[in-house]
Amino acid sequence: MEAAAQEKIISVINEKFEGEIIEATMLTDFFTIIVKKEQIVDIISHLYHHPDTKFQFLTTLCGIHFPEQNQIVVMYQLHNMVTNQRLRLKIFLPADNAVTKTLTTVFAAANWMERETYDFYGVIFEGHPNLKRILNVDEMIIFPMRKEYPLEDQTREDKNDLMFGR
Amino acid sequence: MEATADKIIVGEKPEGIEGTGFFATRLDKVVGLARKNSIWPLPFATSCCGIEFMATMGAHYDLARFGSERLSFSPRQADLLMVMGTIAKKMGPVLRQVYEQMAEPRWVLSVGACASSGGIFDTYSVLQGIDRIIPVDVYVPGCPPRPEQIIDGVMKIQYLVETESLRRRDSAEYKAMLNKYGIE
Repeated sequence: MEAAAQEKIISVINEKFEGEIIEATMLTDFFTIIVKKEQIVDIISHLYHHPDTKFQFLTTLCGIHFPEQNQIVVMYQLHNMVTNQRLRLKIFLPADNAVTKTLTTVFAAANWMERETYDFYGVIFEGHPNLKRILNVDEMIIFPMRKEYPLEDQTREDKNDLMFGR
Repeated sequence: MEATADKIIVGEKPEGIEGTGFFATRLDKVVGLARKNSIWPLPFATSCCGIEFMATMGAHYDLARFGSERLSFSPRQADLLMVMGTIAKKMGPVLRQVYEQMAEPRWVLSVGACASSGGIFDTYSVLQGIDRIIPVDVYVPGCPPRPEQIIDGVMKIQYLVETESLRRRDSAEYKAMLNKYGIE
Protein backbone atom coordinates (compact mmCIF):
# COMPACT_ATOMS: atom_id res chain seq x y z
CA MET A 1 0.00 0.00 0.00
CA GLU A 2 1.37 3.42 -0.92
CA ALA A 3 2.19 6.01 1.70
CA ALA A 4 -0.66 8.24 0.50
CA ALA A 5 -3.24 5.51 1.07
CA GLN A 6 -1.79 4.84 4.52
CA GLU A 7 -2.00 8.55 5.40
CA LYS A 8 -5.59 8.57 4.19
CA ILE A 9 -6.61 5.73 6.52
CA ILE A 10 -4.82 7.35 9.46
CA SER A 11 -6.50 10.69 8.78
CA VAL A 12 -9.92 9.01 8.54
CA ILE A 13 -9.40 7.46 11.97
CA ASN A 14 -8.04 10.71 13.42
CA GLU A 15 -11.07 12.64 12.11
CA LYS A 16 -13.22 11.09 14.79
CA PHE A 17 -10.84 9.20 17.06
CA GLU A 18 -7.94 11.55 17.71
CA GLY A 19 -5.29 9.95 19.89
CA GLU A 20 -6.61 6.40 19.58
CA ILE A 21 -3.79 5.24 17.30
CA ILE A 22 -0.81 3.86 19.21
CA GLU A 23 1.29 2.77 16.26
CA ALA A 24 0.94 2.42 12.50
CA THR A 25 3.46 0.27 10.66
CA MET A 26 3.96 -1.70 7.50
CA LEU A 27 4.44 -5.33 8.50
CA THR A 28 6.14 -6.82 5.42
CA ASP A 29 3.41 -5.87 2.94
CA PHE A 30 0.51 -5.46 5.31
CA PHE A 31 -0.48 -2.07 6.73
CA THR A 32 -1.09 -2.57 10.45
CA ILE A 33 -2.46 -0.14 12.99
CA ILE A 34 -2.37 -0.76 16.73
CA VAL A 35 -5.16 1.14 18.45
CA LYS A 36 -6.37 1.59 22.00
CA LYS A 37 -8.79 -1.13 22.97
CA GLU A 38 -11.74 0.94 24.25
CA GLN A 39 -13.25 2.15 20.97
CA ILE A 40 -12.21 -0.60 18.56
CA VAL A 41 -15.76 -1.43 17.43
CA ASP A 42 -16.57 2.25 16.81
CA ILE A 43 -13.33 2.67 14.85
CA ILE A 44 -14.12 -0.35 12.64
CA SER A 45 -17.67 0.91 12.18
CA HIS A 46 -16.28 4.33 11.19
CA LEU A 47 -13.90 2.73 8.68
CA TYR A 48 -16.84 0.72 7.34
CA HIS A 49 -19.08 3.71 6.68
CA HIS A 50 -16.57 6.42 5.75
CA PRO A 51 -16.64 7.05 1.96
CA ASP A 52 -12.82 7.25 1.81
CA THR A 53 -12.16 3.86 3.42
CA LYS A 54 -15.21 1.60 3.07
CA PHE A 55 -13.63 -1.43 4.71
CA GLN A 56 -16.79 -3.48 4.32
CA PHE A 57 -15.44 -7.01 4.45
CA LEU A 58 -14.06 -8.76 7.52
CA THR A 59 -11.42 -11.17 6.24
CA THR A 60 -10.56 -12.65 9.61
CA LEU A 61 -10.33 -12.04 13.30
CA CYS A 62 -8.21 -13.92 15.78
CA GLY A 63 -6.28 -13.91 19.01
CA ILE A 64 -2.52 -13.89 19.62
CA HIS A 65 -0.98 -14.62 23.01
CA PHE A 66 2.19 -12.91 24.21
CA PRO A 67 3.08 -14.75 27.41
CA GLU A 68 6.09 -12.54 28.27
CA GLN A 69 3.97 -9.39 28.25
CA ASN A 70 0.99 -11.29 29.69
CA GLN A 71 -1.14 -9.82 26.96
CA ILE A 72 -3.58 -11.10 24.37
CA VAL A 73 -3.93 -9.35 21.05
CA VAL A 74 -7.15 -9.40 19.11
CA MET A 75 -6.37 -8.89 15.46
CA TYR A 76 -8.91 -7.74 12.89
CA GLN A 77 -8.22 -7.94 9.17
CA LEU A 78 -10.38 -5.74 6.96
CA HIS A 79 -10.72 -5.55 3.21
CA ASN A 80 -12.02 -2.86 0.88
CA MET A 81 -13.37 -4.84 -2.05
CA VAL A 82 -13.62 -1.77 -4.33
CA THR A 83 -10.04 -0.54 -4.11
CA ASN A 84 -8.63 -3.92 -3.03
CA GLN A 85 -6.99 -2.40 0.04
CA ARG A 86 -6.35 -4.38 3.17
CA LEU A 87 -5.94 -3.20 6.73
CA ARG A 88 -4.99 -4.94 9.94
CA LEU A 89 -6.04 -3.56 13.31
CA LYS A 90 -4.72 -4.79 16.64
CA ILE A 91 -5.79 -4.20 20.20
CA PHE A 92 -3.91 -5.34 23.29
CA LEU A 93 -5.84 -6.83 26.20
CA PRO A 94 -4.50 -8.02 29.56
CA ALA A 95 -4.39 -11.85 29.54
CA ASP A 96 -5.95 -12.04 33.02
CA ASN A 97 -8.95 -9.98 31.97
CA ALA A 98 -9.29 -10.31 28.20
CA VAL A 99 -12.61 -8.58 27.64
CA THR A 100 -13.66 -6.50 24.66
CA LYS A 101 -16.84 -5.55 22.85
CA THR A 102 -18.29 -7.78 20.15
CA LEU A 103 -17.90 -6.90 16.49
CA THR A 104 -21.08 -8.73 15.52
CA THR A 105 -22.89 -5.38 15.62
CA VAL A 106 -20.87 -4.34 12.54
CA PHE A 107 -20.06 -7.67 10.86
CA ALA A 108 -22.33 -10.70 11.28
CA ALA A 109 -19.35 -12.74 10.08
CA ALA A 110 -17.59 -11.97 13.36
CA ASN A 111 -19.95 -14.32 15.19
CA TRP A 112 -18.12 -17.60 14.61
CA MET A 113 -14.69 -15.94 14.52
CA GLU A 114 -15.24 -14.50 17.99
CA ARG A 115 -16.50 -17.85 19.23
CA GLU A 116 -13.28 -19.41 17.94
CA THR A 117 -11.18 -16.71 19.61
CA TYR A 118 -13.05 -17.30 22.84
CA ASP A 119 -12.64 -21.07 22.47
CA PHE A 120 -8.87 -20.96 22.00
CA TYR A 121 -7.77 -17.80 23.85
CA GLY A 122 -10.55 -17.12 26.35
CA VAL A 123 -11.28 -13.63 25.08
CA ILE A 124 -14.73 -12.51 26.28
CA PHE A 125 -16.65 -10.54 23.64
CA GLU A 126 -19.29 -8.52 25.48
CA GLY A 127 -22.65 -8.46 23.71
CA HIS A 128 -21.96 -11.54 21.59
CA PRO A 129 -25.26 -13.35 20.91
CA ASN A 130 -23.93 -16.88 21.53
CA LEU A 131 -20.47 -16.92 23.08
CA LYS A 132 -19.71 -20.60 23.62
CA ARG A 133 -17.08 -23.04 22.40
CA ILE A 134 -17.22 -23.80 18.69
CA LEU A 135 -14.46 -26.31 17.85
CA ASN A 136 -13.49 -27.94 21.14
CA VAL A 137 -15.62 -30.12 23.40
CA ASP A 138 -17.90 -28.16 25.73
CA GLU A 139 -16.40 -29.84 28.80
CA MET A 140 -12.95 -28.37 28.12
CA ILE A 141 -11.83 -26.12 30.96
CA ILE A 142 -8.69 -24.62 29.37
CA PHE A 143 -8.05 -22.25 26.48
CA PRO A 144 -5.62 -24.45 24.54
CA MET A 145 -3.91 -21.96 22.24
CA ARG A 146 -2.59 -19.86 25.10
CA LYS A 147 1.15 -20.36 25.36
CA GLU A 148 1.08 -21.32 29.00
CA TYR A 149 1.09 -25.11 28.88
CA PRO A 150 4.06 -27.49 28.72
CA LEU A 151 4.37 -29.15 25.31
CA GLU A 152 3.86 -32.55 26.88
CA ASP A 153 2.97 -33.93 30.25
CA GLN A 154 6.19 -35.70 31.31
CA THR A 155 4.37 -38.03 33.68
CA ARG A 156 2.00 -39.58 31.18
CA GLU A 157 2.17 -43.34 30.78
CA ASP A 158 -0.21 -44.09 27.93
CA LYS A 159 2.40 -43.44 25.25
CA ASN A 160 5.88 -44.44 26.28
CA ASP A 161 9.06 -44.31 24.24
CA LEU A 162 9.37 -48.09 24.22
CA MET A 163 6.18 -48.50 22.21
CA PHE A 164 6.18 -45.32 20.18
CA GLY A 165 9.89 -44.87 19.56
CA ARG A 166 10.10 -41.25 20.57
CA MET B 1 -4.51 -73.24 -14.17
CA GLU B 2 -8.01 -73.85 -15.32
CA ALA B 3 -10.62 -72.93 -12.73
CA THR B 4 -13.17 -75.63 -12.27
CA ALA B 5 -16.10 -75.83 -9.91
CA ASP B 6 -14.50 -78.43 -7.64
CA LYS B 7 -11.43 -76.26 -7.06
CA ILE B 8 -13.35 -73.21 -5.81
CA ILE B 9 -13.79 -73.18 -2.06
CA VAL B 10 -16.49 -70.79 -0.95
CA GLY B 11 -16.11 -71.67 2.72
CA GLU B 12 -14.15 -74.22 4.70
CA LYS B 13 -16.37 -77.19 5.55
CA PRO B 14 -16.58 -77.76 9.30
CA GLU B 15 -15.97 -81.15 10.89
CA GLY B 16 -18.95 -83.46 10.61
CA ILE B 17 -20.42 -86.74 9.51
CA GLU B 18 -21.07 -87.00 5.83
CA GLY B 19 -23.08 -89.48 3.80
CA THR B 20 -25.12 -89.61 0.64
CA GLY B 21 -27.51 -86.70 0.73
CA PHE B 22 -26.74 -85.51 4.28
CA PHE B 23 -24.12 -83.75 6.32
CA ALA B 24 -24.34 -83.56 10.08
CA THR B 25 -22.33 -81.12 12.19
CA ARG B 26 -22.62 -78.90 15.24
CA LEU B 27 -25.08 -76.00 15.04
CA ASP B 28 -22.58 -73.41 16.31
CA LYS B 29 -20.21 -74.40 13.49
CA VAL B 30 -22.92 -73.77 10.91
CA VAL B 31 -23.88 -70.45 12.49
CA GLY B 32 -20.23 -69.45 12.67
CA LEU B 33 -19.67 -70.39 9.04
CA ALA B 34 -22.71 -68.40 7.94
CA ARG B 35 -21.90 -65.34 10.03
CA LYS B 36 -18.25 -65.33 9.04
CA ASN B 37 -19.01 -65.09 5.34
CA SER B 38 -21.76 -62.52 5.51
CA ILE B 39 -20.41 -59.73 7.69
CA TRP B 40 -22.06 -56.38 7.03
CA PRO B 41 -19.49 -53.69 7.80
CA LEU B 42 -20.34 -50.13 8.79
CA PRO B 43 -17.53 -47.88 7.50
CA PHE B 44 -16.82 -45.03 9.93
CA ALA B 45 -14.23 -43.30 7.76
CA THR B 46 -12.93 -39.91 8.89
CA SER B 47 -9.65 -39.52 7.02
CA CYS B 48 -6.97 -41.14 4.85
CA CYS B 49 -7.55 -44.67 6.16
CA GLY B 50 -11.01 -44.31 4.65
CA ILE B 51 -9.38 -43.77 1.27
CA GLU B 52 -7.49 -47.04 1.70
CA PHE B 53 -10.80 -48.65 2.57
CA MET B 54 -12.23 -47.41 -0.73
CA ALA B 55 -9.40 -49.20 -2.49
CA THR B 56 -10.13 -52.28 -0.38
CA MET B 57 -13.71 -52.24 -1.59
CA GLY B 58 -12.66 -51.71 -5.22
CA ALA B 59 -12.25 -54.39 -7.86
CA HIS B 60 -8.51 -54.84 -7.34
CA TYR B 61 -8.59 -55.86 -3.66
CA ASP B 62 -12.30 -56.67 -3.54
CA LEU B 63 -13.54 -57.31 -0.03
CA ALA B 64 -16.53 -59.04 -1.66
CA ARG B 65 -14.36 -62.16 -1.83
CA PHE B 66 -14.83 -62.39 1.94
CA GLY B 67 -18.58 -61.89 1.88
CA SER B 68 -18.39 -58.29 3.09
CA GLU B 69 -19.32 -56.35 -0.01
CA ARG B 70 -22.63 -55.25 1.43
CA LEU B 71 -21.87 -52.13 3.47
CA SER B 72 -24.44 -51.12 6.00
CA PHE B 73 -24.79 -47.39 6.50
CA SER B 74 -27.24 -47.94 9.31
CA PRO B 75 -25.59 -49.14 12.50
CA ARG B 76 -28.73 -51.08 13.40
CA GLN B 77 -28.13 -53.61 10.62
CA ALA B 78 -24.34 -53.72 10.81
CA ASP B 79 -22.25 -56.52 12.27
CA LEU B 80 -18.83 -54.89 12.10
CA LEU B 81 -17.91 -51.31 12.92
CA MET B 82 -14.82 -50.31 10.95
CA VAL B 83 -13.33 -47.14 12.44
CA MET B 84 -10.91 -45.67 9.94
CA GLY B 85 -9.23 -42.40 10.77
CA THR B 86 -8.61 -39.80 13.45
CA ILE B 87 -11.38 -39.49 16.01
CA ALA B 88 -11.44 -36.05 17.59
CA LYS B 89 -12.63 -35.85 21.17
CA LYS B 90 -15.66 -33.97 19.95
CA MET B 91 -16.57 -36.94 17.74
CA GLY B 92 -16.13 -39.44 20.59
CA PRO B 93 -19.78 -39.33 21.75
CA VAL B 94 -20.93 -39.75 18.13
CA LEU B 95 -18.81 -42.88 17.66
CA ARG B 96 -20.04 -44.23 20.96
CA GLN B 97 -23.65 -43.65 19.96
CA VAL B 98 -23.08 -45.47 16.66
CA TYR B 99 -21.63 -48.41 18.60
CA GLU B 100 -24.54 -48.43 21.04
CA GLN B 101 -27.04 -48.48 18.17
CA MET B 102 -25.51 -51.65 16.72
CA ALA B 103 -27.31 -54.87 17.56
CA GLU B 104 -25.49 -57.82 19.14
CA PRO B 105 -23.44 -59.64 18.05
CA ARG B 106 -21.19 -56.77 17.00
CA TRP B 107 -17.50 -56.47 16.32
CA VAL B 108 -15.17 -53.49 16.04
CA LEU B 109 -12.16 -53.15 13.75
CA SER B 110 -9.83 -50.24 14.46
CA VAL B 111 -8.02 -49.36 11.24
CA GLY B 112 -4.86 -47.28 11.33
CA ALA B 113 -2.63 -45.66 13.91
CA CYS B 114 -5.03 -42.78 14.67
CA ALA B 115 -8.06 -44.91 15.49
CA SER B 116 -5.89 -47.34 17.47
CA SER B 117 -3.79 -44.88 19.49
CA GLY B 118 -4.29 -41.32 18.31
CA GLY B 119 -1.31 -41.78 15.99
CA ILE B 120 0.71 -38.67 15.25
CA PHE B 121 -2.08 -36.51 16.67
CA ASP B 122 -0.76 -36.56 20.20
CA THR B 123 -2.73 -33.49 21.17
CA TYR B 124 -5.48 -32.08 23.36
CA SER B 125 -8.25 -32.37 20.79
CA VAL B 126 -7.77 -35.96 19.57
CA LEU B 127 -8.98 -39.13 21.24
CA GLN B 128 -5.91 -41.27 22.02
CA GLY B 129 -7.39 -44.50 20.68
CA ILE B 130 -11.04 -45.46 20.26
CA ASP B 131 -10.61 -48.22 22.85
CA ARG B 132 -11.01 -45.44 25.44
CA ILE B 133 -14.70 -45.25 24.62
CA ILE B 134 -15.70 -48.54 22.91
CA PRO B 135 -14.30 -52.09 23.03
CA VAL B 136 -12.14 -53.06 20.03
CA ASP B 137 -11.74 -56.60 18.67
CA VAL B 138 -8.93 -56.18 16.12
CA TYR B 139 -6.38 -53.41 15.57
CA VAL B 140 -4.84 -52.80 12.15
CA PRO B 141 -1.55 -50.87 12.38
CA GLY B 142 -0.26 -48.56 9.65
CA CYS B 143 -0.43 -44.93 8.66
CA PRO B 144 -2.44 -45.59 6.60
CA PRO B 145 -2.46 -49.40 6.35
CA ARG B 146 -2.42 -50.91 2.89
CA PRO B 147 -5.59 -52.63 1.65
CA GLU B 148 -3.90 -56.00 2.23
CA GLN B 149 -3.57 -55.11 5.90
CA ILE B 150 -7.21 -54.07 6.12
CA ILE B 151 -8.20 -57.37 4.52
CA ASP B 152 -5.96 -59.15 7.01
CA GLY B 153 -7.79 -57.34 9.82
CA VAL B 154 -11.16 -58.34 8.38
CA MET B 155 -9.96 -61.96 8.16
CA LYS B 156 -8.95 -61.80 11.84
CA ILE B 157 -12.48 -60.56 12.57
CA GLN B 158 -13.80 -63.45 10.46
CA TYR B 159 -11.84 -65.86 12.65
CA LEU B 160 -13.37 -64.32 15.79
CA VAL B 161 -16.85 -64.47 14.27
CA GLU B 162 -16.43 -68.09 13.23
CA THR B 163 -15.05 -69.37 16.51
CA GLU B 164 -17.07 -67.27 18.94
CA SER B 165 -19.25 -69.22 21.31
CA LEU B 166 -22.94 -68.57 20.75
CA ARG B 167 -23.32 -67.87 24.45
CA ARG B 168 -20.43 -65.43 24.75
CA ARG B 169 -22.60 -62.32 24.53
CA ASP B 170 -24.73 -63.55 27.43
CA SER B 171 -21.76 -64.25 29.67
CA ALA B 172 -21.01 -62.31 32.82
CA GLU B 173 -17.50 -61.53 31.54
CA TYR B 174 -18.85 -59.88 28.42
CA LYS B 175 -21.34 -57.81 30.41
CA ALA B 176 -18.60 -56.80 32.82
CA MET B 177 -16.43 -55.76 29.88
CA LEU B 178 -19.21 -53.56 28.49
CA ASN B 179 -19.85 -52.13 31.93
CA LYS B 180 -16.22 -51.10 32.09
CA TYR B 181 -16.97 -48.82 29.15
CA GLY B 182 -20.17 -47.65 30.80
CA ILE B 183 -22.37 -49.27 28.16
CA GLU B 184 -25.72 -50.70 29.34
